[in-house]
Amino acid sequence: MLQDKDRIFTNLYGHEPWNLDAAMKRGDWDGTKELLAKGRDWIISEMKESGLRGRGGAGFPTGLKWSFMPKESDGRPSYLVVNADEGEPGTCKDRDLMRHDPHKLIEGCLIAGFAMNAVAAYIYIRGEFYREAEVLNAAIEEARAKGFLGKNACGSGYDFDVHVHRGAGAYICGEETALIESLEGKKGQPRLKPPFPANVGVWGCPTTVNNVESIAVAPTILRRGASWFAGLGRENNTGTKVFCISGHVNNPCNVEEEMGIPLKELIEKHAGGVRGGWDNLLAVIPGGSSVPVLPKEICDTVRMDFDSLRDVQSGLGTAAVIVMDKSTDIVKAIARLSEFYKHESCGQCTPCREGTGWMWRVMERLVVGKADKEEIDMLLDVTKQIEGHTICALGDAAAWPIQGLMRHFRHEVEARIDAYHAKAAE
Amino acid sequence: MSTAEKKGFCWTKENEALAQHHIAKYPEGRQQSAVMPLLDIAQRQNGGHVTVEIMEYIADYLDMPAIRVQEVATFYTMYNHRPIGKHHVQVCGTTPCWLRGSDKILAAIEAHLGIKKGETTADGLFTLGEVECAGACVNAPVVSIGDDYFEDLSPERVTEILDMIKDGKDVVAGPQNGRQTSAPLGELTSLTEFVEKA
Amino acid sequence: MPTLTIDGKEIEVENGITVLQACEEAGVEVPRFCYHERLSIAGNCRMCLVDMEKAPKPIASCAMPVGEGMVIHTNTERVKKAREGVMEFLLINHPLDCPICDQGGECDLQDQAVAFGRSGNRYEESKRAVEDKNMGPLISTTMTRCIHCMRCVRFSTEVAGVTDMGSLWRGEHTEVTTYLGKILDSEMSGNVIDLCPVGALTNKPYAFTARSWELKGTESIDVMDAVGSNIRVDARGAAVMRVLPRLHEDVNEEWISDKTRFACDGLKKRRLDRPYVRRRGKLEEASWSDAFAAIKKKLKGMKGAEIAGVVGDLADMESMLAFKDLLGKLGSKRIEGRQDGAAIDNAVRAGYLLNAGISGIEDADYLLLVGTNPRVEAPIINTRIRKAVLSGLKVGNVGNAEDLTYAVEEFGDDKAILNAIISGKHAAADALKKAERPMIIVGQGALTGEDGAAVLKAVRDIADTYCVKDGWNGYGMLHTAASRVGAMDLGLVTKGGVDSILDDASADKLKAVFLLGSDEIDTASLKKTFTVYIGTHGDEGVQNADVILPAAAYTEKSGTYINTEGRVQRTEKAVFAPGDAREDWTILRALSDVLGDTLPYDTLAQLRDALAKAVPAAKTLDTVPTEAWGDFGTAGDVASGGIAPTIENFYLTNPIARASETMSQCVDAREDIAGEATGTHG
Repeated sequence: MLQDKDRIFTNLYGHEPWNLDAAMKRGDWDGTKELLAKGRDWIISEMKESGLRGRGGAGFPTGLKWSFMPKESDGRPSYLVVNADEGEPGTCKDRDLMRHDPHKLIEGCLIAGFAMNAVAAYIYIRGEFYREAEVLNAAIEEARAKGFLGKNACGSGYDFDVHVHRGAGAYICGEETALIESLEGKKGQPRLKPPFPANVGVWGCPTTVNNVESIAVAPTILRRGASWFAGLGRENNTGTKVFCISGHVNNPCNVEEEMGIPLKELIEKHAGGVRGGWDNLLAVIPGGSSVPVLPKEICDTVRMDFDSLRDVQSGLGTAAVIVMDKSTDIVKAIARLSEFYKHESCGQCTPCREGTGWMWRVMERLVVGKADKEEIDMLLDVTKQIEGHTICALGDAAAWPIQGLMRHFRHEVEARIDAYHAKAAE
Repeated sequence: MSTAEKKGFCWTKENEALAQHHIAKYPEGRQQSAVMPLLDIAQRQNGGHVTVEIMEYIADYLDMPAIRVQEVATFYTMYNHRPIGKHHVQVCGTTPCWLRGSDKILAAIEAHLGIKKGETTADGLFTLGEVECAGACVNAPVVSIGDDYFEDLSPERVTEILDMIKDGKDVVAGPQNGRQTSAPLGELTSLTEFVEKA
Repeated sequence: MPTLTIDGKEIEVENGITVLQACEEAGVEVPRFCYHERLSIAGNCRMCLVDMEKAPKPIASCAMPVGEGMVIHTNTERVKKAREGVMEFLLINHPLDCPICDQGGECDLQDQAVAFGRSGNRYEESKRAVEDKNMGPLISTTMTRCIHCMRCVRFSTEVAGVTDMGSLWRGEHTEVTTYLGKILDSEMSGNVIDLCPVGALTNKPYAFTARSWELKGTESIDVMDAVGSNIRVDARGAAVMRVLPRLHEDVNEEWISDKTRFACDGLKKRRLDRPYVRRRGKLEEASWSDAFAAIKKKLKGMKGAEIAGVVGDLADMESMLAFKDLLGKLGSKRIEGRQDGAAIDNAVRAGYLLNAGISGIEDADYLLLVGTNPRVEAPIINTRIRKAVLSGLKVGNVGNAEDLTYAVEEFGDDKAILNAIISGKHAAADALKKAERPMIIVGQGALTGEDGAAVLKAVRDIADTYCVKDGWNGYGMLHTAASRVGAMDLGLVTKGGVDSILDDASADKLKAVFLLGSDEIDTASLKKTFTVYIGTHGDEGVQNADVILPAAAYTEKSGTYINTEGRVQRTEKAVFAPGDAREDWTILRALSDVLGDTLPYDTLAQLRDALAKAVPAAKTLDTVPTEAWGDFGTAGDVASGGIAPTIENFYLTNPIARASETMSQCVDAREDIAGEATGTHG
């Protein structure tokens, strides 16, 4: 288990104030100028060596992403955009980072922005996080007043500012190019790639979009050294991670833990265990709603990291662990996610616009068993027709939960169909 | 002056300043980026929903076509296109909240206020809605009322809260079961060192 | 020049194109709905998915730029399944109303469903229904059929330059609409009908009148303005059912204006289908021989100097030549081809052509408009200017400030500005000087004033100073009438112009006036004069006519027209003229026979030979000529004063359009919204 001394977010629960004084006592903004003085290349290479993989879900190596930004400007400014549009069902970690430890994020913006030669950072926060945005704005004001941001930020000779942009209710804006569109004042509809944001991003300028957690951990990584971070977790899955444990556990919570912690340990140590005991576990969605559900037998042993979860045909995603005990109507639980994706489809491309509604409607029938068994395969075929055929990953995200359900709980769906037909025959 | 203005919508002095503050965040000529915050400010000023006049006013204000403002205003779910009550009560119904009883929360509110999803109480105090994942899953079930989240709710507690709001009493937002934000209820399992030091 | 392998075939293509375009070059068909080569790439329909080696999933070929060494497969099982999947998704919420859909038979969705879809239906849920939108008198909407390709939204925004369309809401509730359900306020709006790959947007006046396979298409030329848009006239039996654009990259690309498309119902209304002769003040039906006899009787003993002719805006060159020859035989050389009184000087051909050509506008880097509103005078040319503006062209304007759909630097409408430009003391002069390929386009509005000839000279001098360089003639005249350049080539220019003819008629100095489709003059002056009207419609020209000879409209004859660029093109006969109406030249020849001096051509071919002799330029079809620069216009004072627009209402410029109910509806629809300006187009 991770020791407190290796935890980055020491104010995760907001026991202490979020403000600058308290943050500085926690070690934020400590020697930022010196960190910057080590130069862009050093920062990027440290980030690469730390092994940090993006904390927003896709797990792309953060240092590598930063290195894609142009070294020299062609006349266009570069931007850092922080993805704080936290909306993946099960996920509520960035909310804590922003309301309880905003200075980690803001300092991270300065360092990351500097490393990619950006002129400013925009933190795109979901609109519903109104109070969190208030805290962020106030923290930014504090940092500006202290000279940490603005002209000659931290005395580095580098000018940099951070702005907050509130969303207004659209899960899809968590997709980086949709987020960029939204930041430009448009509908949040994902862009075609290429061109990638590092080439053509917000306002046509080179842009990197990073998750809140990825940026907020950067200052600590640089201060404590890449090897410290890389020494935690497992190879290719290094460091610490904020997990969100929700659903049928005794004590749902967020907690920062080491990558690769066994799922069972995570739940039992921090969330007070599964309601009614581990044997009452039915299934876990281990990485936010988009990743396929895992039945208990896999949960018994699986570790919480990118590669371990990929190996069991699921994913770490946002590390949002949704626990379901044996009382759960698993079909309904997944159907509710199908409704979510139907609701959040931007409507731009055909498979997602049409397919999410179709899948949801079939799922609703499966909840009560009002279907033929052949429709299970048809539904799976529909998920395959969406998967990989859309502009962005929302189509995949809508398809996977259903695929996961049928992979592990097909018997449950079939039993329900049988029961429905049996009842109808009476 | 624009037609929208003639028809009645115009920034208050404070909101004009706020609008300018938002526009100033974006590079020169990129004022369209401010359409979302401006719609939000206008919606608040207008008592909770946006109108054609408002959309046209903002279109004028940001020098962008009205249809583009309308596209934005209809794409995002936080802009209301019909009048809403003084308090917008939104129950999160997505799986993590549903697993912890959001159905019962919704039913309790419907029974208590005597309205269904999408409706407003006769006294104009409450409008009830269901939202997709509010992003506070470890504090499920969650209901947002206005700008605040009420978390770790029970059907009893949520009706109490509604009554308190109705009576004009202060209600503290956040977890309603005594826990510290997203920390596990009861004893801390991490950060004990730091919390004790503090 | 990257080399790709497409379905096993190596192909070298130019840089910057997309995989889809490369497939086309390789002769491999890739289905698509949203992609359109003249619109920005949307990539939303997903029909064009193909396999690219090393890519983990199929790629949207419309959006993927080509790269060296790419290996593309369009015929794999995965691609087949992807297409079948997209096709199925498009169809699940598409109504099965093909039997009552006007798009039936020419529907991309139908065609591609057959070619790339799976048979059978697996969708058991309820289908979506979407409320129809009001898009005005031209476009009928059935929005349940919409497949959300956004071609219409992209067209209106990008090409037409009006931000009237968008898509509201999201997900499966996404709805394409005009802003607040208002009309699409563009002279180019009908093009969205062609662009719509399904039956969501269809031709409203044409609704439920014919099936596409019942129609006979005739390739022809439009005469509603001086652009010469290439069209296809679709007819069933004797009736023109609709007009569609034909591709001509240098003229209209694949667009046509709403007047070109929708005025065709005017071909059936108010038509002159038999001769008339005025007896005791009243027009009475007559036979051809009676009509001719009446003319013969009246002309008896009349001197050539007492006879004049005026040519209208829609006349073809063959008719004009026969008209000129007939009046010549009567001893008159007084034939005016400039109904609007514009002081066009036909001494130098380059002086009345758009020398750089329509597509040449894209080569220009600065354009000065003088007295023209191209948006209503020639929407196609305005669209081309807008296209050029989007890639860097700067535009200045001396004339009325109008919304041309692109940024224009307005210099005011005072003619005297031209003097300042010539002397170099004006911002426009600086811009012209700085430009590598400066262009100036003068409209008819600048030339119709008292000092029109002096204005023309001033514009000529500006062009001479700045716009005419080695290999580049940036001077252009924008005509509004299809007949005008041809009339100038035939020398139909008279001293004093049409005003003088009308004055002389009032003063009884003229005894007889022949009108060849001349409907845009005030014929009240001809009350006392013996007037013969040869034309198609019961419009202004017949008001004071004594003999009416019914003629053929542009869809009813093969006629030569020269457009504003100097491009020679021909209409073709799609249907027969109604009733007793005849092709103009045959009327004139028959009349000449009756009058005793027969015109020397018995066939259209012979007439065309005569035309080639009279106007050698009329021989070469479909090229923009290079004409020698020279001096034209008349030196004189350009007085201070405003330049007035020449077209009052785009929808009502000629007898066909004025007879068109559809065009009237357009006028009404705009009056309804007039004054309701939203003020959002600042």
